[in-house]
Amino acid sequence: MNRLKLRNEPMNRLKLLIFACAMLVAMPAHAEKITVAAAADLKFAMDEIVTTFKKANPGEELEVIYGSSGKFQTQIQQGAPYDLYFSADIGFPRALAKNGFATSEVKPYALGRIVLWSASLDATKMTMVSLADPKITRIAIANPKHAPYGKRAEEALRASGLWEKLEPKLVYGENIAHTAQFVQTNNAQVGIIALSLAVNSELANRGGYWLIPDKLHEPLEQGYIITKRAEGNALAKRFADYLGSKPARAVMTKYGFVLPGEVAGK
Amino acid sequence: MLLSGSDLQAIWLTIKLASLVTAILLLVGTPIAWWLVRSRSWWKGPIGAVVALPLVLPPSVLGFYLLLVMGPDGPLGHLTRVLGVGPLPFTFWGLVLASVFYSLPFMVQPLQNAFEAIGDRPLEVAATLGASPLDAFFSVVLPLARPGFLTAGIMTFAHTVGEFGVVLMIGGNLPGITRVVSVQIYDHVEALEYAQAHRLAAVMLIFAFLVLLALYAWRPKAKKV
Repeated sequence: MNRLKLRNEPMNRLKLLIFACAMLVAMPAHAEKITVAAAADLKFAMDEIVTTFKKANPGEELEVIYGSSGKFQTQIQQGAPYDLYFSADIGFPRALAKNGFATSEVKPYALGRIVLWSASLDATKMTMVSLADPKITRIAIANPKHAPYGKRAEEALRASGLWEKLEPKLVYGENIAHTAQFVQTNNAQVGIIALSLAVNSELANRGGYWLIPDKLHEPLEQGYIITKRAEGNALAKRFADYLGSKPARAVMTKYGFVLPGEVAGK
Repeated sequence: MLLSGSDLQAIWLTIKLASLVTAILLLVGTPIAWWLVRSRSWWKGPIGAVVALPLVLPPSVLGFYLLLVMGPDGPLGHLTRVLGVGPLPFTFWGLVLASVFYSLPFMVQPLQNAFEAIGDRPLEVAATLGASPLDAFFSVVLPLARPGFLTAGIMTFAHTVGEFGVVLMIGGNLPGITRVVSVQIYDHVEALEYAQAHRLAAVMLIFAFLVLLALYAWRPKAKKV
């Protein structure tokens, strides 16, 4: 449009340059960008919460990375650029806070539940004992060595007196989403996965799930921290607060999480 | 004891897997490499490209497809069920098959180079002396291509040892069956057992260095032959 004019008027160009510089300097103060590290069981719930949060706060940049809770702990210790860390096991953020990697206190945000889920069989009619059925040759659980959901799955199998019998049938996923993938591709007929993944329509429409009684395992207490890196970051604080808001709590409940201050029902 | 029982089990499993894959690929890769060098068929391009695919594709792509193809609903899964062997994921033989495909270019390409370097001349001479093509291959090509076979074998073995992503995606992490060294190290790191991870990782590092050293030490001698 006025490119020609600009070329002939150095003053205008200078003004434009100053304006551009001012914009660049002003930008970071306006739009902060935060990165959230979230446990794989939060995938569907967190996606939805982030969408509503962005709708209410247009222009805010927020990125979520899903993975295994244990790996995130290591990464944050090694200086990974995460501003918030949501762990499926509150023990991990507690350890980080103890070593000075947190700027907030460790806050519990939910209790997770585990379910039996199948893509090929009707899991709604199953109980723990059904796993001993010889027709079921592969059972997928998350790796109990480092995945919180895997630990709870092992506890539930042991409490049911089935561990020794079923161990030869078990295959181990790297995290809870990877475990669900083994079942979804029908490579394992049944899996013990997070309720928060099983209620997603994509998974729930295939075979259904059976909620494993929570008396069979230790509680899956989940917790988050704002990391040291995000000290004074208003957006990180605002997003953390948003999780306690009514709409966010409704989403968490929808995905089967039991929230702090609620009694574990069902 | 420096390494735990499960570490040693993982090492033994890895050696078993890599040796088997190398042996299978020597049998499968040699005719493919020979055909790729000698053939004038239109298929030479496409086949060569397929052989090289694993060099370019990330392990996640291979692992994902293998999980679907070998699973009970996949074409290979159907075949293995008809044959009565059951689905391949989470089995040792599933890993062997995946590794054979994954390491194919590491066998075929060095052999291809070795065969090309031999050229037509020795074969023509062998033919004039009355050797059949098969005889010429075994008594002329094989001895001449020996350095190529050595390189290809070492590369295939080493590459199979170094495999991680595909194994993680289709292996199911079963001790003694699919938990190879790379996965075992990953598990140690994930469980924050850095001391164990360090020991096993050091073993891998030394192994990799020695393999490459052997490879490079061999090369100059091979040139003189």
